[in-house]
Amino acid sequence: MIRPDSTTLLEVRDLFATVSGVEILKGVDLTVKRGEVHAIMGPNGSGKSTLAKVLAGHAAYQVTGGEVRFEGRDLLALPPEARARAGVFLAFQYPVEIPGVGNSQFLRLAYNTVQAERGRDELDPLEFDDLVRDRMQLLDMNAEFLDRSVNEGFSGGEKKRNEILQMALLEPKLAILDETDSGLDIDALRVVSKGVNRLAGDDNAIVLVTHYQRLLNYIVPDYVHVMSDGRIVKTGGKELAVELEARGYDWIGGETEAARTVS
Amino acid sequence: MSAALQNLVNQPYRHGFVTDIESDVAAKGLNEDTIRLISAKKNEPAWLLEFRLKAFRHWLTMTEPAWANVTHPPIDFQAISYYSAPRAKPKLGSMDEVDPELLRTFEKLGVPMHERAALAGVAVDVIFDSVSVATTYKQKLAEVGIIFGSISEAVQNHPDLVKKYLGTVVPTGDNFFAALNSAVFTDGSFCYIPKGVKCPMELSTYFRINTEETGQFERTLIIAEEGASVSYLEGCTAPKFDTNQLHAAVVELVALDNADIKYSTVQNWYAGDENGRGGIYNFVTKRGMCRGKNSRISWTQVETGSAITWKYPSCVLVGENSVGEFYSVAVTNHHQQADTGTKMVHIGRNTRSTIVSKGISAGRSSNSYRGLVKIMPTAAGARNYSQCDSMLVGDACSANTFPYIHVHNHGAVVEHEASTSKIGEDQLFYFAQRGIGAEEAVSMIINGFCKDVFRQLPMEFAVEATKLLGLKLEGSVG
Repeated sequence: MIRPDSTTLLEVRDLFATVSGVEILKGVDLTVKRGEVHAIMGPNGSGKSTLAKVLAGHAAYQVTGGEVRFEGRDLLALPPEARARAGVFLAFQYPVEIPGVGNSQFLRLAYNTVQAERGRDELDPLEFDDLVRDRMQLLDMNAEFLDRSVNEGFSGGEKKRNEILQMALLEPKLAILDETDSGLDIDALRVVSKGVNRLAGDDNAIVLVTHYQRLLNYIVPDYVHVMSDGRIVKTGGKELAVELEARGYDWIGGETEAARTVS
Repeated sequence: MSAALQNLVNQPYRHGFVTDIESDVAAKGLNEDTIRLISAKKNEPAWLLEFRLKAFRHWLTMTEPAWANVTHPPIDFQAISYYSAPRAKPKLGSMDEVDPELLRTFEKLGVPMHERAALAGVAVDVIFDSVSVATTYKQKLAEVGIIFGSISEAVQNHPDLVKKYLGTVVPTGDNFFAALNSAVFTDGSFCYIPKGVKCPMELSTYFRINTEETGQFERTLIIAEEGASVSYLEGCTAPKFDTNQLHAAVVELVALDNADIKYSTVQNWYAGDENGRGGIYNFVTKRGMCRGKNSRISWTQVETGSAITWKYPSCVLVGENSVGEFYSVAVTNHHQQADTGTKMVHIGRNTRSTIVSKGISAGRSSNSYRGLVKIMPTAAGARNYSQCDSMLVGDACSANTFPYIHVHNHGAVVEHEASTSKIGEDQLFYFAQRGIGAEEAVSMIINGFCKDVFRQLPMEFAVEATKLLGLKLEGSVG
């Protein structure tokens, strides 16, 4: 929700990044305040997922210019685990499988790591079990999830729910959801969206990276940004997403080209 | 990530110091006189000298095996000293008579030699270079009829038992290194559990090679009589030298009717430096014979050290319904080479065996599983299940699996599963994104990978093994 008195959480200025020597981000600007929900849309290859991974600190991506401030701190100076502990959460588009590592053990370690960072008490396995079962109800998840290895043999929908479960446990200040809607059927989409909406609050912000407007029927954004060729080329309200759905992305490229020519 | 992965595996070896102790070292070289010297030093009966000489003569006709997936320069068997003992060997009525320098050495290694300071419930036999220097809890064990101590003492005090079983599981001419061991073995542990006795504590042997250019050739013999059971642990370390040292041990286990032997090893010999210089050549023959019906022999090994490991703890399942098990974790880093696995030979009816092997390779190392499952025509109803998993850490290492399956009985059931996985950048990033650093992530992944084996280890050993793996792989991931 947009509030006039809200403070800035994330500030991205003129961000450039490459992967394997290829420039993907070419000057991204984005400001996210507490309490807001942003959607970043755009065609394949426009740099949406790259932006998400660069913010989280994936080693395969090199930042070649610009800056990112998170609560005023230089986010790019922090290793990925420190960014996570500071409250930046990425729900992965393709969560990896980690055979042999129990989901409950993994969740508890992640939870306690973040708790310790915030100066809060860590939970022992029994206390944690109560907490995690409570959060799982929110996402209609079966208790047997806990006994399985992290994401191993999970269906696409189960993996996505597991991501949102982690978000529910870690209570991040900034949650970036990278194509969380892809591969979800309508029921799963509804459950996941319900979970995300429950977690949205005045103090945290959500950035949805998505290809389709469909998700935005369930999680209503305050801002919609369109990325094209490594930059955010258009920003509007939720009605922009509807327009994109109707007209596709092509007209935006033309409009910005035209704008550039004029200026 | 590779930089980080590299770091994690590059933990320095902590047991690489040398103890400054006066030793009685035989001149280098090997001939019949060397063997007579060893036998005389140990005041052995004539039959044992004969045993040695027979083995030696056989060894002379043999050639070093070349089938293992390892490479090393030729070993000059004449450049090794075959006997080294701390001088002024005390007659060990009590621990207080042990050379204080030796005590300090083992304290540094974390091996409890004082009974009062010992881990409750673990009896230890300590082998330093070629001789056993101390055994704890001997008296207490003797009260229930268990004989536990060095094999040299057993030769003196229980010659009939030694003569009855020595070489019955691993014959003198079994293979090149077993023949060499049979000729020159200097000490080792001996353990005899009488009929119906459940050993009240863990028994353990701790091996330490100290002197440069000596070989260690220990011989261990464990006998569990009808209905007896014992859990036995073995640990080993060696100082860092630039030269390679040879360790060619033989372990024989005999389980009679309804007997149960569990043999666990945490092997942490010096592995050589990051350029592959120095380290132990660990060429070991370990075999157990389930002679009696319903007997069970279980091998659990955690192999982290040695420049080269060549080792196949095996079970010969003779008795009806007998059970053989092999649980193994082998970790290699830098230039280490491991060719390890097991042999399960099914002879009796309804014999069963389980093989769980986990290989972890990092650095530029090579890690091979080699296993034989052989079902003889007599083994009706035999079953085997094998699972061999490999994990790669980084891009410069290799993992191989060489399963040999020979089935000569149509009623037998043999299952084999294998997998290879890799600790990937994406897995580490996933952990990092949840606030978990690379070292903790790798340790979690590796422990998860190994948990089927670790849960077979006695409690103290499981903790030690987990720590050891963490150290071993520390800095290999970033």
